Amino acid sequence: MYAKSLLLGTAACLAFATAATAERGSDGEVRIIYWQAPSILNPYLSSGTKDLESASLALEPLARFDETGTMVPLLVDELPTVDNGGVNQELTQITWKLTPGILWSDGTPFTSADVKFTADYCMHPEGGCAQNPKFENVASIETPDDLTVVVNFDKPTPYPYSLFVGGESPILQQAQFKDCTGTRAPECTEANFNPIGTGPFVVTEFRPNDVITFEANPNYRDPDKPAFAKVLFKGGGDATAAGRAVLETGEFDYAWNLQLAPDVIAGMEAAGKGKAVAGFGPLMERIMLNHTNPDPALGPDERAVIRPHPFLQDPAVYKAMSLAIDRPLLVEIGYGQAGRVTCNWVPAPELYNSDTFDCSTQDIAGANKMLDDAGIVDTDGDGIREKDGVPLKVLYQSSTNAVRQDFQALIKQWWSEIGIEAELRNINASVFFGGDPGSPDTFQKFYADVEMYANTFNGTDPQAYLGNALCDEAPRPETQWQGQNVSRFCHEDYDALHQELTRTADINERARIAKELNDMVVERGGMIPLVHRGRISAHANSLGGVNLNVWDSEIWEIGNWYRIAE
Amino acid sequence: MTEVSPPESPPRSQWMDVWHQFKSHRGALFGAFVFLVIVLAVYIGPFIWPHDPQFLPQGRAFIDLRDTRPVYVALWDAGAKIDWSHPLGTDNLGRDTLARLLFGGQVSIAVGLTAMLLSLVLGTLVGVVAGYFRRLDGVLMRLTDLFLALPLLPLILVASLLFRDALSAVFGPEGGVFALIVALIGLTSWMQTARIVRGDVLALKEREFVLAARSIGTTNTRLITRHMLPNILSPILVSATLGIATAIITESALSFLGFGFPPDFPTWGRLLNDGVDRLVSYPERSIWPGIMISLTVLSVNYLGDGLRDALDPRIRGR
Amino acid sequence: MLTFAIRRLVLSVPTLLFISLVIFLLLQLAPNDPMAQMPLTVPPEVREKMREAMGHGQPIHIQYFKWVLQFFWIEPKVFIDWLTADSFLLGWLPDTSLYNGELRVISWQTRSPVMDIVVQRIPQTLWVVGTAYVLAIVIAVPIGIYSAYRQYSWFDQMGTFVSMVGFSIPPFFSGVLVIVIFSVQLGWFPSIYDTTHKVVDWESFLKQLNQMIMPVMVLTLQITAQLSRFMRASMLDNLNQDYVRTARAKGLGEPNVVLVHVLRNSMIPVVTVIALGVPSIFGGAIITEQVFKVNGIGQLLITSIEANDLPMVQTLTFVFAVLIVMFNLIADLLYGVLDPRIRYD
Repeated sequence: MYAKSLLLGTAACLAFATAATAERGSDGEVRIIYWQAPSILNPYLSSGTKDLESASLALEPLARFDETGTMVPLLVDELPTVDNGGVNQELTQITWKLTPGILWSDGTPFTSADVKFTADYCMHPEGGCAQNPKFENVASIETPDDLTVVVNFDKPTPYPYSLFVGGESPILQQAQFKDCTGTRAPECTEANFNPIGTGPFVVTEFRPNDVITFEANPNYRDPDKPAFAKVLFKGGGDATAAGRAVLETGEFDYAWNLQLAPDVIAGMEAAGKGKAVAGFGPLMERIMLNHTNPDPALGPDERAVIRPHPFLQDPAVYKAMSLAIDRPLLVEIGYGQAGRVTCNWVPAPELYNSDTFDCSTQDIAGANKMLDDAGIVDTDGDGIREKDGVPLKVLYQSSTNAVRQDFQALIKQWWSEIGIEAELRNINASVFFGGDPGSPDTFQKFYADVEMYANTFNGTDPQAYLGNALCDEAPRPETQWQGQNVSRFCHEDYDALHQELTRTADINERARIAKELNDMVVERGGMIPLVHRGRISAHANSLGGVNLNVWDSEIWEIGNWYRIAE
Repeated sequence: MTEVSPPESPPRSQWMDVWHQFKSHRGALFGAFVFLVIVLAVYIGPFIWPHDPQFLPQGRAFIDLRDTRPVYVALWDAGAKIDWSHPLGTDNLGRDTLARLLFGGQVSIAVGLTAMLLSLVLGTLVGVVAGYFRRLDGVLMRLTDLFLALPLLPLILVASLLFRDALSAVFGPEGGVFALIVALIGLTSWMQTARIVRGDVLALKEREFVLAARSIGTTNTRLITRHMLPNILSPILVSATLGIATAIITESALSFLGFGFPPDFPTWGRLLNDGVDRLVSYPERSIWPGIMISLTVLSVNYLGDGLRDALDPRIRGR
Repeated sequence: MLTFAIRRLVLSVPTLLFISLVIFLLLQLAPNDPMAQMPLTVPPEVREKMREAMGHGQPIHIQYFKWVLQFFWIEPKVFIDWLTADSFLLGWLPDTSLYNGELRVISWQTRSPVMDIVVQRIPQTLWVVGTAYVLAIVIAVPIGIYSAYRQYSWFDQMGTFVSMVGFSIPPFFSGVLVIVIFSVQLGWFPSIYDTTHKVVDWESFLKQLNQMIMPVMVLTLQITAQLSRFMRASMLDNLNQDYVRTARAKGLGEPNVVLVHVLRNSMIPVVTVIALGVPSIFGGAIITEQVFKVNGIGQLLITSIEANDLPMVQTLTFVFAVLIVMFNLIADLLYGVLDPRIRYD
């Protein structure tokens, strides 16, 4: 069988091109373009989406998520659960049974030792592993036989699927990486660039930040797949150019993450060469409200540390600000089919999406009335309201991005109509999202009144994400300005409820608590949710089998892709 | 050409002579005229043209007023969405394109001219000093090498980190950004001028007329201003014209990267940049700012040509 | 002249060291973070761990000396090994093995030796930017000469117009414009440059030409515009000099006067501009490379700046600095050749 598969590899593919489509390598080459170029193919050394997704062609986890966010087994026969005995009653142990007969692309057998090695690789204290939190509670890993992996946790873990599940923690081959642990990780260029995996494709050449070529894995477990013999994975340029290459010129078959205005995408689709597809994960665009005082007069170490903000914590103010925003219009202008109105911090999965709020209609008059009733009125006739003598002037910052700048302009105008003046500022994304404690412009430091960006979480469980509103997550000088609670939201009952979430195993109960936490943050002015953002990608009309997935690598099913005869 | 003025007229000063020559240069006059028109339009135009470049229509009007085409499109496309109160159309947020073009010109012309002057003065100064005083040559040229090698983007990051707040405090938020941008563009674009000027000065220094001037005891300052500078004027003027274009474009690149003016503050470069994504459906959004930049640069170029001819005693009177 | 060249070469060593220090400090001071491109889902503790693994937290002077050692001692060893083992030129020499596994300059982004990536990127940059440069010189010099010789003729006016418009239109606009016209509408040329394409025969050479045409066109327009302006201005200055009149009076033919006497004396500013441009061939053309996805040195530089990959940025800018110092020296020597009156000692 192997010999046959090998024959069907690159060299022979042309001869079989006219044969039945259900044969490996019979459909020639598929060309993918990512406008961010992959720089390394080891997901444990980089967690950039571009690196994870390009690596997912070769490297595979034990189980992964499908397009609905449901976990499906990949290198195991069934998912371990409490019901089938794979997870013990105390929730401290999970047992994975590997599918027999799986081979690495170099022909050697895939065993439990590789799985254990992968965990050791990431848990090495000096390795700087990007996926370390997934392995946080692991006490030990045992391999009773070649096909059994037992993971012991140091405390009850309601969600034991963080490691070895999804494109972020695939299995590395022990033989290839055994000399690459700890501080030696960066020296293994060859391994990091050409990881041996169990996936449908094998790397033939990796040019960092430029292009990757793959060919069909001769030892892939399904003898008829993948249908393509080669993959050309090009990186670089910008989203417009990537969209154009697929939708207008037809040079490429698949373009990733087209962050473009809807009218631009529609214009490209009109050329008729391909279509755009969208999928929705938990990614959402929001305006964070600063709960501390960002006044420059306070000096760099007290600015954005001292509570409270002079007016932003008044419910009348932030509710009026939210009411003045026309969210359906924002969606139409900025995201089109890749956006939805949301009033929630956790807009997906559906189970966790709260329905407490409705924010789909703009009401300028209502917002004005709300402020008038609260006694926040314009006392000096300059068109800007004052609260206790402090004019409602806000500094509104965001990262540099065409859609965000359009949003800033629109929202500034709406706020001006309810007597709130906004000064806009945009900051280079690499500074804004970089955590340099020396820069005054990072989103964590938040030397502004409101700021807009998007955030999300991986997988389908929002527990860690909801932890971003805990009091001690607030960035401050003592923490070198690190921390995820950028709005400095701080309520004891929130922290207590989140503690309860970490102890709860029942899925419906978890969902109830998560929704309550979500509602608390929105109701108490931690943020103003704007748009639930999907991811939009484009594929050529001749490419079949595309199934956009936002819960895992979006090209997760590349092994099933095929060419539609025209 | 012989002197045609009647002998009874008083003898003309040198500057009169220059003006006379300049006047007779058709290209220069045309350039000056176009440049003047552009400057007047962008500085006075916004007072006459009623639309606010930052105004966004609200509610229903928003849908009606966004993405309108220029009125001339109706000539060949009867179905185009046009609105006579917005002759050049509106952008995707319903802002008036003409108003943005006029307003954007103020910033672009100001940035272009100031940054160009700064880099010209710096470049000429360094070039002349390095070429003329041999002792300073090594130091200054190594400094030039250093500046040429510095990567622009990290330099901007550092500069905005160090000086943005200080400048904002002195000049106000927009004035601060203006000062920062002008200084950055000026400080990172003088090197070519300096090297060119130095090369010419090195050659000029050995010419007979300089030796002659020096032998009669002309001071260095006078030698440089009277004998050197007029002879290296052409490359300086070329640098100047090219410098304006570079400065306007660089400003747009800075804004694009998030180091420039606030996002709702239009400039020609930024308008051009923002329009590129919709080049097929709304070409006017990039083409108009492109035309304006080109026109400005062309007019300055012709102005420079005329000025050079007028200031060159050998060409003058030809 | 020779002593001058030697003195300048010796002097360039401390100059370059100083430049490298300034670049290093500048990069350190910049408010940037190698973790900025990681998704927000990566928690701060992990970011800190990853930074430590890169050596980001070490004291500045140690980081600098490490880089100097790696760049000036270890990298040359790797280079010499490669020269004697695999290179076409010196492969016949006995293989040396100077390099024995010391840490080379490692990129933070890709965790691989910086110089390997640079070497990988040079071909496409030379193909595209190099061709554009040579082409631009070949076109610009005659245009400049003729425009000056026939000042204010229609040819001159056209040249002025085209070059000024060409220079004022930035490549992010002209690049997209040619893509829309030639790739989308006409479908003649590919909009995405294939860096894996290898030229082996006539057919693949034609394909290479086909994919190079658009980026080369855009770049050439820019460079030609600039060069021809300087050429024209400088020629104009010299055409009215006394020596030209003398040469004509002597009865020399017009081509001889213009192309030998005037041209030689007008070359100084042009040589300067060209010399300043040659290092930028290596530096690539950041925007044009981005627009056409050429992924050469320019794209490498901008992506590593965005990712704050300090070892990569430091190495690239330093190599760039070396080229600048070298070509400025060459320009200075050429001045002496063009105008023997210029003396340096």
